Amino acid sequence: MSEYKRVDGRAYDEIRPVKAEVRVLKNADGSAIFELGNTKVIAAVYGPRELHSKHMASSYESLVRVRYHMVPFSTKDRKSQPFTRREIEISKVLKEALSASIRRELFPRSTIDIYIEVLNADGSTRVASLNAASLALADAGVFMYDLIAAVSVGKINGQLVVDLNEYEDQNSDSDIPIAFMPSLNKVVLLQMDGTMSLEEIRQALKMAKNAADKIYQVEKDCLKGSLESVLKVYGLL
Amino acid sequence: MDNIKYNVLIPKIRQKFILNTLKENKRIDNRSFYEYRALKIRYGHLPNADGSAEVSLGNTIVLAGVKVDITNPFPSEPDKGIIIVNAEFPPVASPDFEPGPPDENAIELARIVDRGLRKPEIVDLSSLCIVPGQKVYRIWIDIYALNHDGNMIDAAGIAAVVALMNTKYKKFTFVQDKGLVDTGEKAQLTLKNFPVYVTHVKIGDHILLDPVLEEESLADCKITTIVSEGNLITGIQKSGVGGISLDELEKIMQNSINLYQTIKENIQKEVSKNG
Repeated sequence: MSEYKRVDGRAYDEIRPVKAEVRVLKNADGSAIFELGNTKVIAAVYGPRELHSKHMASSYESLVRVRYHMVPFSTKDRKSQPFTRREIEISKVLKEALSASIRRELFPRSTIDIYIEVLNADGSTRVASLNAASLALADAGVFMYDLIAAVSVGKINGQLVVDLNEYEDQNSDSDIPIAFMPSLNKVVLLQMDGTMSLEEIRQALKMAKNAADKIYQVEKDCLKGSLESVLKVYGLL
Repeated sequence: MDNIKYNVLIPKIRQKFILNTLKENKRIDNRSFYEYRALKIRYGHLPNADGSAEVSLGNTIVLAGVKVDITNPFPSEPDKGIIIVNAEFPPVASPDFEPGPPDENAIELARIVDRGLRKPEIVDLSSLCIVPGQKVYRIWIDIYALNHDGNMIDAAGIAAVVALMNTKYKKFTFVQDKGLVDTGEKAQLTLKNFPVYVTHVKIGDHILLDPVLEEESLADCKITTIVSEGNLITGIQKSGVGGISLDELEKIMQNSINLYQTIKENIQKEVSKNG
């Protein structure tokens, strides 16, 4: 295995500094900012609310709609296209991952709309988006099976690393975005691009699980902090 | 974001029947859990396309066509050709499909097929450069669903690979003062690897290979593993609402690797039969 030193000096299994904050937007029912180093994502949740094109509604469960979008100044070169194929695919897989965590059967005939804007992209934007969206859902008080903790893991110069930044993402042999519902031991999002052996994937997923557990803890602390500040306002704490 | 219906609604009574059949370790079409449907391949039958292939997997039919033209390279890769994968689910393929631009399902399929071809460089992109920084070949792979009965990804993957395998394109050279000149010869596209797309679905505790539409519609989630020569995995996509455990994932990946040789030989046999 060749010696690979990470550009930002991190250990192979080290994630970038994480920052999570909920209740950042007044108009949304729930909102969150999630940061992984220089990757900064904001998510807003509206709903469960009435669905206007009624033919799309289900009498059994709530509809979940997700829009993942990168703002034009989020990337090195200005991103001029309004909505790319990449964003459409990511919106789809994020929708499916978030749907898996929501107790949709509690809100029939309604919709839960999740809007995600990537404000600054430095790799791993889809997993940061998933973390932001999951926190925003919790902030909105939407019933869920579990929070989602997502992380990326990849191989660069033969070395497995977690939480790839932009440079690593572009120079990697392969990368895997993965999302867990940690308490339930379920994978809700998994993609892989590049080449790896099964044994490497096995190790990569193990590294990803450990990193996701750290992110899960940050998310729980963030929600706890938010709740405590509300309780303090009412003099209950 | 109004979507076509990729999955079908299954009456409750039919759902129960399918699940009960699975409990008896059987499938509705009498296949075993890890058995592929019959594969049929026709290729090179569309003379105006530079490469073409029609793949049937049971009742699922997918058509792939290749067209090659010349364009400017991307500034980031001035000495490499370009490959573009597009997919459409036209109304011919299902009563639930509607005309219109590709929706998220079609875009996802195109991007999964692309994933198996791009990063592992199945096509030698450096060989598609005519004048570095100025002129390169661009390969368009267009995938059309003709009949939707589940597992379009595997069928589309085979169709794309076989269409590329029989792609012949006009050879151009660059002559000073004249620009690009048609040599009158045709060049054959060569592939450096043989990717196989293997899709499993998880229904309850059951893992099934190559789902038919009813199975796919009933599934908790769907995992596509792309396997290439040397037992290497060159792409994964989980789709569908529903979680899956790491153990189940590993079982699916291991099974995909185990199946690689058989599926590949099956494709090659079909190809040699219909040359």
